[in-house]
Amino acid sequence: MKAPVLSSWFGRGEIAAPPDIASATLRSDRFRLEREGEWRRLEGIVAAMERGGLRRIADEDILALPALYRTAASSLAVARETSLDAATLAYLEALVQRAWFQVYGPRRGFGGWLREFLLGGWSRAVREIWLDICIALFVMVAGALVGWLLVAQDEAWYYRLVPGGLADTRVPGASRQELARSLATEESAVGLSTFAAQLFSNNSAVCILAFALGFAFGIPSLMLMVHNMAVLGAMLWLFDGQGLLVELAAWLSVHGTTEIFGILLSGAAGLHIGRSMAFPGSRTVMEAASQAGQRGAVVMVGVVIMMVIAAFLEAFPRQLVDGTGNRFLIGGTMLAFWLAYFFLYRTAPTREGGEA
Amino acid sequence: MMAADKLARTMTTPEGLALPIRIGARGSRAGALMLDVIIILGSILAFNYALYWIAGGLLEGTALDPGAASRGAQEFLTILVVMADFVVWYGYFLVQELGPRGATLGKRILGLRIAARSGGRLAPEAVIARNLIRDIELFYPLIFVLVVLVQSIEGEGDPLLGWIAAGWFALFLLLPFFNRDALRAGDIVAGTWVVEAPRTRLADTLSTQGAAASRGASAVTGARYEFGEAELSVYGEKELQTLEKMLRDARPEALEAVHATICRKIGWNPGAGDERAFLEAFYAQLRAKLEGDMRFGKRKADKFS
Repeated sequence: MKAPVLSSWFGRGEIAAPPDIASATLRSDRFRLEREGEWRRLEGIVAAMERGGLRRIADEDILALPALYRTAASSLAVARETSLDAATLAYLEALVQRAWFQVYGPRRGFGGWLREFLLGGWSRAVREIWLDICIALFVMVAGALVGWLLVAQDEAWYYRLVPGGLADTRVPGASRQELARSLATEESAVGLSTFAAQLFSNNSAVCILAFALGFAFGIPSLMLMVHNMAVLGAMLWLFDGQGLLVELAAWLSVHGTTEIFGILLSGAAGLHIGRSMAFPGSRTVMEAASQAGQRGAVVMVGVVIMMVIAAFLEAFPRQLVDGTGNRFLIGGTMLAFWLAYFFLYRTAPTREGGEA
Repeated sequence: MMAADKLARTMTTPEGLALPIRIGARGSRAGALMLDVIIILGSILAFNYALYWIAGGLLEGTALDPGAASRGAQEFLTILVVMADFVVWYGYFLVQELGPRGATLGKRILGLRIAARSGGRLAPEAVIARNLIRDIELFYPLIFVLVVLVQSIEGEGDPLLGWIAAGWFALFLLLPFFNRDALRAGDIVAGTWVVEAPRTRLADTLSTQGAAASRGASAVTGARYEFGEAELSVYGEKELQTLEKMLRDARPEALEAVHATICRKIGWNPGAGDERAFLEAFYAQLRAKLEGDMRFGKRKADKFS
């Protein structure tokens, strides 16, 4: 009779010895009994791999895995043609599928992937979407120009573009002193690290949004970027009116070269998906989307790292370092670093390994 | 049975073997996500509570006025909380789905895992892509729809624009219902799908036990069941596998009914008390015949063919 179900929960490892092969009256059952030991060995190895203890598995087991997997796969092919034992077939199908996921599973865990990512994978992905970066850059510059021109024509646009909470004293008609004070440094670093953490959380969310919206043919990504840059354009116009344009640019450049670069990259990554889906070429739309999506995802992990750096730059150096020259120096160094990292740092791609 | 067939797909391994797989049902996927969100929120809450418990001493001697506590320590704790939330939110899905099981805890509980739609290797990039999109297609829409609802109740904002945007977001939210493979936007972008991860234990061989092993002889009565060609050609593979399932799982009362049916069909007089031995013998001999025919390329799918 059937063993109680509970035993299958706790009975890991204890396997009854298979019956004598000669006692099987059916040829298909003899086939099964002859190979059952190998199947169970494969099941044990696969289960150990699923638990994540690759180091605890004996070397000979790892070496045997591909051979055992192929044995099981060919057993399944033979069993389908010769056996009518539904339970054995179901077991073999599940076993081959589980083993397949391990044999052809992700080669590296998160740690290994991160290493490869920092040492070349990131900059390669950025170079691969260069066309989208150019388009996104054009759109951002155009957005800033539109913001400037709109506000220059009609000051009412300023209040529409710049949300009230952010603007505080920075409104049209503000005096030069008030504007200059908003660019000054803080007295001390108190409260700035909290500020940095919140900035990071907020900015990363905006970037992920810009990327994820690219799914809809990239148009929402572009709209988001135009809107953000129009706000910047309006700000530039405001400070220019009081002759503070250079000071504002220096103040922004400290973190802006990293942050706006990050927004540029995330918008470009979103656009890349949208563009690939709209113009898939000879691939199917789904293939194109997944290829572009995976490339974009690599860029996006990098953008999150850039946002961490930008948030620290925004909270500490921008608020503590005074002087236009110093601020330009920090911002310029960061920009040069990013450009060099993305476009000059070229490593040969490590092969993801062929077939196992 | 119809619903089950809708989820069945075939995946071809690099060995050229067609493996049947089943797409994860939308209901279990939603359930898995709920479990994951509950786990994440629970652990964030637990972390905050533990922090509060540890750092509660900060407020001592300040008459419970947070303003009087050390600013540096407060800042440190705030940063810790913000960063922990971020890491838990994204790390939970990423680290687990990149692992060898390819599933979060919620998916594992419901027997699901993710796989590459192409049948190839599951790339880390794909896992990252599908998890970054989750925010936009699920959590932003939910928050947005809530905001629109609240605004329309209070009569604020532009209702028309709000509803248009809500509809746009709902399109993403409901995407899994508009395609055959129940793909969400993240799955489309990443080239992945969610499949069932079967865990089947190898069942015993039936032909080595009971009457099947002793060439039809019953251990209870000592009688020997032998079936002729005509009696065995009544049934096909479908009936054989149904009988196998009964022999493995069913209760004695059910076996009695099956026994009576088979006896009526092949024209025997049903006895009583020895049903199991009869069925085991019938199963072994029917299977021997059908498998013998199979080797000559003759297959009989069911009793009607």
